[in-house]
Amino acid sequence: MLLTFDEVEHIANLARLQLTEQEREHYREQLSQILEFASRLQGVDTTGIPPTSSVLATRSGLREDIPRPGLSPGEIFLNAPDIKDGHFRVPPV
Amino acid sequence: MEQLAYLTLRQALDALENGDCTSRQLTSAFLERIDQYQPCLHAFINVTPQLAMEQADLADRMRSDYRQNQANPLPELCGLPVAIKDVLCQAGIPCTCGSRFLENYIPPYNATAVDRLINAGVVTLGKTNTDEFAMGSSTENSAYGASHNPWNIERVPGGSSGGSAAAVAAGMAIAALGTDTGGSVRQPASYCGITGFKPSYGRVSRYGLVAYGSSLDVVGILARTAEDAAILFKVIGGWDARDATTLEKPLPNLSLNSDIQLKGLRIGIPAEYFVEGMQKDVEEKVRQAISEMEKWGAEVLPVQLPHTIHAVPVYYLLASAEASANLARYDGVRFGLRKSGDTAAEMFKLSRGAGFGPEVKRRIMLGTYALSAGYYDAYYGQAQKVRTLIKRDFETAFEKVDVIATPVTPTTAFPLGKHNEDPLSMYLEDVFTLPANLAGIPGISFPVGFDREGMPVGMQLMAPHFREDILLRTTHSYQQVTSWHKQKPEMKFPR
Repeated sequence: MLLTFDEVEHIANLARLQLTEQEREHYREQLSQILEFASRLQGVDTTGIPPTSSVLATRSGLREDIPRPGLSPGEIFLNAPDIKDGHFRVPPV
Repeated sequence: MEQLAYLTLRQALDALENGDCTSRQLTSAFLERIDQYQPCLHAFINVTPQLAMEQADLADRMRSDYRQNQANPLPELCGLPVAIKDVLCQAGIPCTCGSRFLENYIPPYNATAVDRLINAGVVTLGKTNTDEFAMGSSTENSAYGASHNPWNIERVPGGSSGGSAAAVAAGMAIAALGTDTGGSVRQPASYCGITGFKPSYGRVSRYGLVAYGSSLDVVGILARTAEDAAILFKVIGGWDARDATTLEKPLPNLSLNSDIQLKGLRIGIPAEYFVEGMQKDVEEKVRQAISEMEKWGAEVLPVQLPHTIHAVPVYYLLASAEASANLARYDGVRFGLRKSGDTAAEMFKLSRGAGFGPEVKRRIMLGTYALSAGYYDAYYGQAQKVRTLIKRDFETAFEKVDVIATPVTPTTAFPLGKHNEDPLSMYLEDVFTLPANLAGIPGISFPVGFDREGMPVGMQLMAPHFREDILLRTTHSYQQVTSWHKQKPEMKFPR
């Protein structure tokens, strides 16, 4: 099973990753190899087996909504690449 | 100097308490060794000597105040120099995660594990090297260059907590925090001849740990002994309001004494972990260690873990899927690298394309594919079901044994560059450490000998969920009657 260039480009787009031509070829080969290896899982009989998304018993993550101190805007903007008037600034969407 | 640098945490605490040394002396000894060995080993991404000396002086003042007036209790780790893997946030210190994307990121807050250590009075020496976002088994995926193994500079220290392991093994820190998503504490500990402890999932808060695979990530400890690991675990473990996956359940009784507590211990040996093609020395040393435990009264029984063979594909699908979601936050808007683009979408793509290294991109792509429409059931869904089977294997095995003993890895530390062209071959080396993460159970790795080339061999013990006490007690007992953990690398490096 070899992924096509279009498939690699589609995945890169979904993942918002700019790839070079060389990377596209590289990942096409490597992902194909890894996926072929992973497809052996499809031979495992999992009839009636529930999926595990967490090893912990599911429980409520809700708590009382009590205001508490958090980071100040100044602290938050400290790492921002581009800010204006107390907002993060981005190119046109 | 070497004498101070190779004290165990327990011994260093006693030395501080008895006034045999000060935290300033201890910290200076480590900083000098960092100066000496960092150029060869590259264990740290960022050393913070000034902060460390300030913390040491504060610790010494607190200790001398305490000697005069015992009104306030002294924090339990007062003045002990430790290192922190650079995927855990420490306020005001860059947290790069081994990535170019976060080269200039300075977290405004402490991770809970770091916070608890600091509140306990530790001295923080710096942030240790890691594979980018903890994705790797050798530190070769760090954007800042690989670390080297103190036992042989041409070998990897393991990964992803390879910087922490190299630092502890080389006497550049007493102990270090690491993280373990698929073996990233146990494997480098094994490669570097030290003790690596991964608690159960849910024991240590992940708040402030930069997320990789959220259902698998565990904060762990790299130390000289199981006793030291227990001391640190008591401080960092336990419920945290900031991480809903931490448990309210109290930690087990972790008190260790000099008794050899191996009598009657039922040790399970899974045939699936002693495979064709593994390094002979590794199997031999692990079997010797098991015999040693048997000599002290442990009972050895065969167990079956038949789904082990699927751990590698299950792990790489699930961890990559979770990573692809977790790393979506790196968009160049709120923090991290920003490349300019004409539209927001273009800016995202360019920033991410420039900021992430090859392995991170590979896993994001793999995870995105496994979660994408049309492939979800066949890959992600199926992997989650096989994860259930792996977890059930352990539940069945632990009905008849207390602990499971295995090698940590099929080989000892490999040469740098060995797996460069073939990521899959590197993934396959993780086969013995991945199952504990998939099942959420605790694991520990500790040295049990050397191969014929002088590289350390490690053994892994796994216990039922939340039974860290069994692991630490068993390893501590073994370390009472053996001295593999006391061996130090020679480190005669070309200057």
